[in-house]
Amino acid sequence: MCAMRPEPGHEQGAGHPGWKAVLTPEEIRRALSRVAHEILERTHGGEGIVLLGIPTRGVPLARRLAARIAEFEGTSAPYGSLDVTMHRDDLRLRPARALQRTEVPSGGVDGKTVVLVDDVLFSGRTIRAALDALNDLGRPRAVQLAVLVDRGHRELPIRADYVGKNLPTAYREVVRVLLEETDGEDSVLLGERDR
Amino acid sequence: MNGAGTARNGDGMAEEWLIKGARIAGADRVADIRLAGGVITGVGEDLSAPGARVLDAAGLVALPGLVDLHTHLREPGREDAETVETGTRGAALGGFTAVHAMANTEPAADTAGVVEQVWRLGQQAGYCDVRPVGAVTVGLGGRQLAELGAMADSAARVRVFSDDGNCVADPLLMLRALEYVKAFDGVIAQHAQEPRLTEGAQLNEGEVASRLGLAGWPAAAEEAIIARDCLLAAHVGSALHVCHVSTAGSVEIIRWAKSKGWQVTAEVTPHHLLLTDDLAAGYDPVFKVNPPLRTHADVAALRAALADGTIDCVATDHAPHPVEAKETEWAAAANGMTGLETALRVVHLAMVDTGLLDWAGVADRMSARPAAIGRVPGHGQPLRPGGPANLTLYDPAAPAEAVDPAAHASKSRNSPFAGMALPGQVHATFLRGTATVLDGKVTR
Amino acid sequence: MTGSPMPAGRHRHLISAADLSRDEAVLILDTAAELASVAGRPIRKLPTLRGMTVVNLFFEDSTRTRTSFEAAAKRLSADVINFSARGSSVAKGESLKDTALTLEAMGADAVVVRHSASGAAHRLAGWVTGSVVNAGDGTHEHPTQALLDAFTMRQRLGAPDQRGGGLDGVRVTIVGDVLHSRVARSNVLLLATLGAEVTLVAPPTLMPYAVETWPCKASYDFDAELRKSDVVMMLRVQQERMTAAYFPSIREYSRRYGLDAGRMALLPEHAIVMHPGPMNRGVEIAAEVADSPRSTIVAQVSNGVIVRMAVLYLLLGGAAAAA
Repeated sequence: MCAMRPEPGHEQGAGHPGWKAVLTPEEIRRALSRVAHEILERTHGGEGIVLLGIPTRGVPLARRLAARIAEFEGTSAPYGSLDVTMHRDDLRLRPARALQRTEVPSGGVDGKTVVLVDDVLFSGRTIRAALDALNDLGRPRAVQLAVLVDRGHRELPIRADYVGKNLPTAYREVVRVLLEETDGEDSVLLGERDR
Repeated sequence: MNGAGTARNGDGMAEEWLIKGARIAGADRVADIRLAGGVITGVGEDLSAPGARVLDAAGLVALPGLVDLHTHLREPGREDAETVETGTRGAALGGFTAVHAMANTEPAADTAGVVEQVWRLGQQAGYCDVRPVGAVTVGLGGRQLAELGAMADSAARVRVFSDDGNCVADPLLMLRALEYVKAFDGVIAQHAQEPRLTEGAQLNEGEVASRLGLAGWPAAAEEAIIARDCLLAAHVGSALHVCHVSTAGSVEIIRWAKSKGWQVTAEVTPHHLLLTDDLAAGYDPVFKVNPPLRTHADVAALRAALADGTIDCVATDHAPHPVEAKETEWAAAANGMTGLETALRVVHLAMVDTGLLDWAGVADRMSARPAAIGRVPGHGQPLRPGGPANLTLYDPAAPAEAVDPAAHASKSRNSPFAGMALPGQVHATFLRGTATVLDGKVTR
Repeated sequence: MTGSPMPAGRHRHLISAADLSRDEAVLILDTAAELASVAGRPIRKLPTLRGMTVVNLFFEDSTRTRTSFEAAAKRLSADVINFSARGSSVAKGESLKDTALTLEAMGADAVVVRHSASGAAHRLAGWVTGSVVNAGDGTHEHPTQALLDAFTMRQRLGAPDQRGGGLDGVRVTIVGDVLHSRVARSNVLLLATLGAEVTLVAPPTLMPYAVETWPCKASYDFDAELRKSDVVMMLRVQQERMTAAYFPSIREYSRRYGLDAGRMALLPEHAIVMHPGPMNRGVEIAAEVADSPRSTIVAQVSNGVIVRMAVLYLLLGGAAAAA
């Protein structure tokens, strides 16, 4: 079918009935560019940084941020992935998940400024697990956090250093981030739980 | 008449009954049956019996009281599993009027004293005639013959001898036992299991046992002993009875022995007529029994052999065990299944519903033949005027109901049929004219 | 791999290798592969099972298997209770069921059980609410051994990136006392699930009944199978089999079914030699074979810990939700 795909409006997620699109592909692109600029600003040109994406969608986001930084600054930013599954504290409550990759750039993390990258910041428990997991990898000089969406409802004293979009939500709502690399399209959707 | 039945059940007075409109098994007609003074006083249409209690038997099949050649009553010694009283109460509920109490008690029934004790306990309980089986060897040890003659001459009048639970494996001892009991018309009932071929055996040697990692109990270990014993019985011209035949190969050997005219008889259990070894897949020891459950092919062969008479009769091998003997890992569990209270319903399902036997056939295989093999006076006779009033009324049309071992009269709960829907219901049982069971319940 | 790869309802226990679908088996191997990378780092303890209790219930002595499970549970920060039959109430005749109730009272989240009776793990699973992991039941199964063997095969013979892969087309020859071997039973089932081609080699007396119904081939001719094997797995043969007349003598057994240097030379270049241990050097396997570079025997031991970590992790996920 020849795609006359309407640009998803903010009122309804195209192809996702019942979901509301809260970020368009263009808005995601702009948000990531802004975050990349902020990272460069806060880390004095990205000196000594390592971007570690938290699977699943934090990983392509980290890769995109690294590409932006390379584009803006002409230097490559090392990036990798950090699986936090084995450090989660909710194993009793949920079925075990398949482990994802942990891939640390060859320079390691010791003495580096690690920027953790995730798609949505919610309770903060994933980031808590990520800090523990990171602890097993080495001793960074500093750890920062970049997220595409901060939806609030924190259960731990954790905050993001870089936020693509602050999205106030109700607790019962669900935020879905879709990315080309994992889902075939870029979009952030908002919906109700238990649909 | 009534050689063994001097004792009286209940208050000592036989009741008078008029059973209306029963289908007489074997007679192919519907008739009334009149019972008085412990005997059948009339069989015919529109009988009258003023003062007699009347039982409406419309739709019920009248069978001669069932006789079990193979029952473990556990008393003396294992009264936690069963007593003569609870076991015979279950027997009556299953339609039996006579049972043979196996000798593997503690102490073993290897003396006149023990067999007389069991016999008296049966009389006291009064639910059915208890015919003790005497041990072939002292303590079922397989080394020295027990005093077979003393047991035969005792008040219990023992005629069936068996080390059941153990095989009389020593061929010389088996030969001598077969020969010796000729003096008093005895029969040796052999538990056919070659001991060396079954060391540690847990389940029928086959695909299931192999997959489950359970040591195999090969069919040949049964068949080898049966073949040997047939030859020995022929050699001394004596009577051999083969307990709980479980394999298609055993059937062939028995068929061959019978074709020679040798005095060989055989029994099959209800569970071997219905259940197969794949039930062991969950390692539930309620399915652990000796000989083990076999394959579908064996079940088919056993049914055919029972139908054509190669196997003479059904015997329950009712083997009660306390809960803890079965709530274990498979290898540690006891062998055996309860069966008295389900036997007729299982035979109904396996043999009658399949068209292999009619009710006359059931009467023959569960009453007449076992009574003849056990030399039981007063049992297993056709329902005719003048005959003993031992009979069972069975409702074949009762809706199939799931077996609930907790509702059994037996002290033990190890029924492999638990939860299985079995057809029919034993409606009433009469022992010498007195109802032991009415409306599916014991009368006292 | 999203949602619940091991739904709590379906897999609370690991009793038989036959319980595992291909996807589930591959998931365990993949999880183990990721954990292997953890094991390679300096800090090797993970907090995953913190606050959970794993009981090692060993009715048979097996220091190596118990230690392997213990190390796996401890690396995942579980509390480990070792409950061995020797010297305990079990030795005084306490039943398996009563032992199960005791463990239940201790709040065991997982029970790792080794027992001399086939089906013991299965029975135990009916009496406890925690997960049961079969660490060997009689002559039935030993599924984690099969998993670690499969993991080792994939590691040694598979493509560089083995994630998601099975053992398709790998030719495995399992040699020895198959009749009494729980290792062989579990391996046949698991390897067939993973696509390997398994051949059992044993003297006829030690070949299981109805082996033709198993998902493998069977042969009495060791030398003929060697040339077409990617993996040769030698099983331990016990001296007492000789007294039960399964074979005439240990020497004759060794000559016909032992793997010595001469036989090893018949193997293809890439083939590996495995043994679940403990070995009888000079009986089923010659010392120079056991110590050769083809031998994976040491790798099997270290892989055992990792695979058991994966199994405990995957089984215990959602434990509270299921309970």
